[in-house]
Amino acid sequence: MRFIVGFGRFWWDFIIGDDWKLAAGVAVVLVVGGTLTGETHLSNVALTLLVGAGIVLVVSTSIIAGAYAAHRKN
Amino acid sequence: MSGSTAGLALSTLLASAVEFVEAFTIVLAMGLTRGWRSTLAGTISALVLLAGVAAIAGYALITWFPKSVLQIAIGSLLLVFGLQWLRKSILRASGLKALHDEDETFREETEAGQRAAADVRAGLDWFGFVGSFKGVFLEGLEVIFIVITFGLTAHSMPTAIAGASIGGVIVLIAGLIFHKPLSRVPENTMKFAVGLLLSTFGTFWAVEGLGVFRAGRDSLRWPGGDAALIAVLAAWCALSWLAVRLLSSYARGELTVTPQPMPGEEPA
Repeated sequence: MRFIVGFGRFWWDFIIGDDWKLAAGVAVVLVVGGTLTGETHLSNVALTLLVGAGIVLVVSTSIIAGAYAAHRKN
Repeated sequence: MSGSTAGLALSTLLASAVEFVEAFTIVLAMGLTRGWRSTLAGTISALVLLAGVAAIAGYALITWFPKSVLQIAIGSLLLVFGLQWLRKSILRASGLKALHDEDETFREETEAGQRAAADVRAGLDWFGFVGSFKGVFLEGLEVIFIVITFGLTAHSMPTAIAGASIGGVIVLIAGLIFHKPLSRVPENTMKFAVGLLLSTFGTFWAVEGLGVFRAGRDSLRWPGGDAALIAVLAAWCALSWLAVRLLSSYARGELTVTPQPMPGEEPA
């Protein structure tokens, strides 16, 4: 059991890192992007721009939150 | 060599160099404090295990998963992985997070090596063996992850392997020449560059992979094809530059966030 927990924790730290909200945000953007791709007739240009903008928004939010937390800690 | 192939080679070279520098620091600290025989045995064991992991993971991914699933899965993983690097680099460059310091890591590892009691197993100093094994295996796993994801998604495994190998050889030669922690390597800058490149390729492939949800399961095409990589990289560079500028001011206290009064409320 300890091995499984350790193995899971290793991969969590490896891929997700110290901000799970960033990974969750990217996952949400990709799920929405996948839904738009499958269920609508949006053009490639619109889809790539929408998903790209979504990713940028998630990253910006994560960076601002990280900066605010670090500033408060300091 | 096309632009995307050059970007692929550069990404794996820089990423592997960064990881090799970190592994080298640990191996050097273990070798100097616990003896080279056990340290090298740990290093070689880790390299053998890494080769096995790389072969099995690469074979399994190519054999068991369809291309479209591979593209969306690997693209998404690479994107999350790369964005974590980029986020940390931006916070470090702004002064909001401590810079990675190889001298400090070397000092900590050396002290740990000096404090640990002697424990001989199978004729090897166990602390030195395990310390170097863990250091090389964990850092090497990151290199393998990047090489496999880049190589498979870009259909150019030889380029990815060549880039990573060159990075490793450069660090090894520098380490043998200087015989001390490679703290003069601009590691934080290299990490920033790797974060930008990983985020760029991750964004590109993850979005392309969304085509799996369409009838026919063909990849989405970015406007301009592979040339869009340059635009995506430029966008990440611009965003990072802006973030570092704003956050540096915030860190110095020049930029403050003050609560705004609610409508009808007297300003404070």
